[in-house]
Amino acid sequence: MTKEVIVAGFGGQGIVSSGIILAYAGMFEDRHVTFFPSYGAEMRGGTANCSVVISSSPVASPIVAEPDVLIIMNEPSLLRFEPRLKPNGLLLYNKTLIKSEPKRSDITIIPVPANAIAEELGQGRIANMVMLGVLAKKTGILQLATLKKAQRIRYKKASEEQLSLNDQALERGYSFL
Amino acid sequence: MKLIFGRPAGLTDVKQRYCPGCGHGIVHRLVAELLVELNIRERAVGIAPVGCSVFADEYFNCDMIQPPHGRGPAVATGIKRARPDCILFSYQGDGDLAAIGTAETVHAAARNENITLIFINNAIYGMTGGQLAPTTLPGMRSTTSVQGRDIVKQGYPIKVCELLAGLDGPYYLVRCAVNTPKNIIRTKKALKTAFQNQINNKGFSLVEILSMCPTGWGMTPVQAKKWIGEVMSKYYPLGEFRNLAKEEK
Amino acid sequence: MAEKRLMYGNHALVEGIIYAGCRFFAGYPITPQNEVPEYMSIRMNEVGGVFLQTESEIAAINMLFGAGAAGVRATTSSSSPGISLMQEGISYIAGADIPVLVINIVRGGPGLGNIAPAQSDYYQATKGGGHGDYFTITLAPNSAQELFEFPKLAFELAEKYRNPALILADGLLGQMMEPVEFTFEPIDPGKLPEKDYALTGCRGRPRRVVRSYDLRPGKLEELNWKRYKKYQEIIKNEQRYETFNDKDAGLIIIAYGTCARVASAAMKMARDKNLKVGLLRPITLWPFPKDKVAQLSERIKDFLVVEMNCGQMIDDVRMATQFRSRIHFLGRPGGGVPTPPEVLKKIEEIMGGGR
Repeated sequence: MTKEVIVAGFGGQGIVSSGIILAYAGMFEDRHVTFFPSYGAEMRGGTANCSVVISSSPVASPIVAEPDVLIIMNEPSLLRFEPRLKPNGLLLYNKTLIKSEPKRSDITIIPVPANAIAEELGQGRIANMVMLGVLAKKTGILQLATLKKAQRIRYKKASEEQLSLNDQALERGYSFL
Repeated sequence: MKLIFGRPAGLTDVKQRYCPGCGHGIVHRLVAELLVELNIRERAVGIAPVGCSVFADEYFNCDMIQPPHGRGPAVATGIKRARPDCILFSYQGDGDLAAIGTAETVHAAARNENITLIFINNAIYGMTGGQLAPTTLPGMRSTTSVQGRDIVKQGYPIKVCELLAGLDGPYYLVRCAVNTPKNIIRTKKALKTAFQNQINNKGFSLVEILSMCPTGWGMTPVQAKKWIGEVMSKYYPLGEFRNLAKEEK
Repeated sequence: MAEKRLMYGNHALVEGIIYAGCRFFAGYPITPQNEVPEYMSIRMNEVGGVFLQTESEIAAINMLFGAGAAGVRATTSSSSPGISLMQEGISYIAGADIPVLVINIVRGGPGLGNIAPAQSDYYQATKGGGHGDYFTITLAPNSAQELFEFPKLAFELAEKYRNPALILADGLLGQMMEPVEFTFEPIDPGKLPEKDYALTGCRGRPRRVVRSYDLRPGKLEELNWKRYKKYQEIIKNEQRYETFNDKDAGLIIIAYGTCARVASAAMKMARDKNLKVGLLRPITLWPFPKDKVAQLSERIKDFLVVEMNCGQMIDDVRMATQFRSRIHFLGRPGGGVPTPPEVLKKIEEIMGGGR
């Protein structure tokens, strides 16, 4: 089993953190993982993306050309990455911030009002956690509990208050479907 | 028979190949005497430049290294940081220290690296045959300025002590000469101070030494000594440009 | 089994250097390797080592010359343009037979090029690089794990043969995160053997001289032949590589570093399509694993060389195969990184669909 995931959005939406949390969670579940951030000058342009590969066998290439799963947090990223998704792939997108509709009919599409849900918890910026919760539920590739453990490693300097809010966002995503 | 003057233990038995009247032999002797007098010969690592004194690695009776042209201060830094107990001296000519190695010189000074630079300024490229040096005086002839250094086309010489005195870093900057017995004694005193600074972990010392190159200058040894006194030391005034020990007192 | 840590390749490299007992680092900032000196400055401070941000790559490599000559393990890290600046120093270091470690996180070139991953410094790394007859031992990691492990290997080889060693990686390997297992105990630099060439002051022994020149008639020629013998020893003993699926392969991909990762993915895709594809990954680029390639070329008709350049390692493959096999090439110069489907497409072109 190999799942190749691309997470994409604006800088500040926790794109890189989402990828790293997925990689940690994969590692905690004894999978082979790689994480690769969008590169160099691209990072300064305000958009960010990263590739994560989670696999039961050693990961060949960390570069994901055609992902199995897309987590799309903003409009430009939808336009850019939707065509690259594998046939029968899974597209999760942030319905709160993306007004366009995905165009493809050969993929599974799940709109998630991620920012709206995060705002209900009092913090828009944890929309990424909501998305990871949805991903865990929909694909079953990672346990909710492992994601909770992983976010605590990623945000090890955060307050307990913040960490439990992140947990709640993961849970809300997990129970969204 | 009683020996009253001999080769200091800081020099090897190798016969030196410098031209008659060259200042290198004098400075070598001063450094070698100090290696013994300060009891640092067995802690010393010397650095020979690229230039006439490239063979200094055969002449000084201590551990020696011969790095790329101009990089003495960087190599000295590497050794000093790796082996802080060693006493480092980088022996360099004007092309080595003030042309190709300017950056290494300036930055070692800025870091106040705890090393000693011995800078032989003879205003000419000796080894390669007498070309224009960064310290060749305005109007002075060289094989690449046969009409004399034209400051419009070839710019001005670099006054290293004055240049480095603009930095906060260096601990001791001094310019001496070896054209007269009195100046030789002063040079030895300056070199001693420079080594003592390093022994006492004070930091960067540079001793610039105006030195004769009769061959490169087209003069007799006697004329060359006279020229330092009458011409060269007017452009490059002798004296201390920085001595933080005095400020500490 | 040691605990696994998820780490950036560049950070794994730094830990590998510290674990290898290196306590001396000098370098100048350049993208895409800035995480190396940044993290190194913190780690050297923690372990009481030397960290120097220098005025140039020229100063950095010469500080390494000094530290290496003083007998300690010393490392610098840079990227392509900076490595070009270091070539003079590397030549002197090779000429003085001093072991040091130089890291090149290769970027697109020539000139300022760009900051994307590349393999265009292969010639420079494996054919000498600077002036004179010399070679540098060159290792090509392809994972964060190897970035951790190779500094130790590089120092061991460098010291065994008294020769500078290079690690050639790229920004992709450095910026990627992977689990890393700390497979060996950290080396205590105080317990490394004393070097009989080290400049430490001549107390109780004859003085030592470290130099790369010899102007006596015939002597430098002698010295070069002596060093040539050393290089022949290295070529004989130290060719390192990995092979996958080479037993039944009709086509073998040859690729190192990042390209080997991509090629390995393409190989799996090809196998899924019943295409008998194998992979040879050179781990030492110098010495190039020519013996293995030569042996394979006795029965493999097609080799596909994949590189992030216009074709450099391919020359070593050509020489090793003695033109017995057909050699195909997929290259992405200037910072391009091939994708597995791209490599698969090339494989299909060569093998003509299922075979």
